[in-house]
Amino acid sequence: MSSDSKRKSAKPAAKPKIGVFKFASCDGCQLSLLDAEDELLGVVGAVEIAYFPEASRTMLKGPYDIGLVEGSVTTHHDAERIQEIRRKCKTLITIGACATAGGIQALRNWKDVDELVRAVYASPQFISTLKLSTPIAEHVPVDFELRGCPINKYQLIELLTATLVGRKPNIPTYSVCMECKRKANVCIAVARGVPCLGPVTHTGCGALCPSYDRGCYGCYGPMETPNTASMTSQFRILGQNDDQIARAFRSFNAWSWQFRKASEECKRA
Amino acid sequence: MTGRGGRTIKVDTLARVEGEGALYIKMSGERVSDVKLRIYEPPRLFEAFLRGRHYSEAPDITARICGICPIAYQMSAIHAIERALAIKISPEVRLLRRLFYCGEWIESHALHIYMLHAPDFLGYQDVIEMAKDHRPVVEKALRLKKIGNNIVHLLGGREIHPISAAVGGFHKVPAKRQLKELVSDLEWALETSLETVRWTSTLDFPHFEQDYEFVALRHPEEYPFNEGRLVSNRGLDIDAAEYEDRFVEFHVKHSNALQSIVRGRGSYLVGPLARFNLNFDKLPEVAQKVAAEVDLKPPVKNLFRSITVRAVELVFACAEALRIIGEYEPPAEPRVAAPDGRGVGQAITEAPRGILYHRYAIDDNGLIVSAKIVPPTSQNQKRIEDDLREFAAQLAAWSLEEATWKCEQAVRCYDPCISCATHFLKVVVERE
Repeated sequence: MSSDSKRKSAKPAAKPKIGVFKFASCDGCQLSLLDAEDELLGVVGAVEIAYFPEASRTMLKGPYDIGLVEGSVTTHHDAERIQEIRRKCKTLITIGACATAGGIQALRNWKDVDELVRAVYASPQFISTLKLSTPIAEHVPVDFELRGCPINKYQLIELLTATLVGRKPNIPTYSVCMECKRKANVCIAVARGVPCLGPVTHTGCGALCPSYDRGCYGCYGPMETPNTASMTSQFRILGQNDDQIARAFRSFNAWSWQFRKASEECKRA
Repeated sequence: MTGRGGRTIKVDTLARVEGEGALYIKMSGERVSDVKLRIYEPPRLFEAFLRGRHYSEAPDITARICGICPIAYQMSAIHAIERALAIKISPEVRLLRRLFYCGEWIESHALHIYMLHAPDFLGYQDVIEMAKDHRPVVEKALRLKKIGNNIVHLLGGREIHPISAAVGGFHKVPAKRQLKELVSDLEWALETSLETVRWTSTLDFPHFEQDYEFVALRHPEEYPFNEGRLVSNRGLDIDAAEYEDRFVEFHVKHSNALQSIVRGRGSYLVGPLARFNLNFDKLPEVAQKVAAEVDLKPPVKNLFRSITVRAVELVFACAEALRIIGEYEPPAEPRVAAPDGRGVGQAITEAPRGILYHRYAIDDNGLIVSAKIVPPTSQNQKRIEDDLREFAAQLAAWSLEEATWKCEQAVRCYDPCISCATHFLKVVVERE
């Protein structure tokens, strides 16, 4: 009886506040949170969603315990906004290929952006955009980068859980090949000569493409220590020309330094 | 606060929409002097960097325009390229693509009806707050959404940016047995969708009817996904190849998304209302019957009833998925070989939010020379502004806070996807 009344009178511990912030992106990575259908109500029971415009009209001012940032920096305004968000977040986590590597929109980084804007918009003078699409870590210190285009929702939940309890998240950094072998897939590159970026690509997708009879296209970005030079020579052996190899490295994680270097070795611009 | 004076309805960050936009409405008394749907989502320049890429990359690249409806992008890209290269797909692949789209419609419509839109009608800030009072409803919504995602997952490998759809077919197709495993969940989803129609019809709808030009695909035998002519209630009846002759895109200063009009006319509406009104006769009997039960018959002109129309489309998508699974036989080959060769092709498919137009010109090496993409939200943009001009005038007597929320709700009826449109929502109502 007494413990019961004590529980009632004790002030509940404040839940950690989470903010979800968007930069240039497709919204897919933050959607991963809503796509965690089985876990969503559990997650929102453990935290306070303080800022998440895609899901709520409630927009509380910081500070936030955890900030999740999706998207890359492509405008002057966003370059300033990320500084302010960093100041308000105790732990800052970037989610997805846009936030961690500049995203597909970083393909502009090899082109004249003004010319690209003119190609898409009738009145280019209305458009304000930076020459480069850059990852968040080029602007502010980031506590953890979660890879993938899109991220894996189970990795996101693992990362949130680990951050909340203060342990290291269990998110491996080896290559897609490791996962592919564990699934007992026959190697499509070796057995069938299909160009596959699996050996240099960060794990996390579940070796999806090889499991669906296609080569990995590198949407999780470079693994920890990728041997891109060897990958390039393997692609050549499989009959790929420089232009094709450059395009393979230049997709959703094109501006990660490892893939960038590999693509520039095949093609300057 | 009584609306006698001038005021500004202003929403700097529109919530519960996909992407970033703001709304600004300036009023003096009952007169609306300015409406701007400002899309400040940064431009990502897809059409420009598709040039020089191989056509086989277009489905995966354009999927990244939108994490909510990647299948729509893959389908429009693939169908446009197949037209450019005169590739004929097998009937089995054609059916699988319809099933793939059913999955995206179920996922997207369940997300919008329950998690983004319903809180407006019930007076909550979000679904999390709503779950405290209506947990069983939210749990049902999540299960429904998940069943849609399970279809996408099986056919595409993952829910967001799936990896199996390809020019000519799929990289890998499911076994009959794998599809059969979805049946009992889909039967539950069909029942739940019927309940969703009945439940949404009991919500309190503002009376707001406009004389819309509805634009949607129409197919002789089916409720449309990937094929059909583009028609409207004002006599439009064209092939996708004629789209750019009949629709004009233009650029306004306040938006990073191009706006769109029917040449020589004006704004138009795409999405569930348009599809329902133009294709009611193609809905399966179960969907037609439940629509009749809640007194929903074409033409539905009240924007706010779009939530129920979306629920009727959920019924359709579940019934259609069950039909396809019942008939399914795996194709002899998952995809037909795609040749290199030049060509120009256009395609329109029905994304959950409305028609999505793609055009590609391809050179002899299979590289893309030019691309054009017109997403549903940029097509609805002008219509949203036109609606708000009429709707805000009716709200002159409301408090600023109430009027602002109502205007946000009107925008959310369109389920706008701003990430798509820039390839949009903050509300500002200003009263003088």
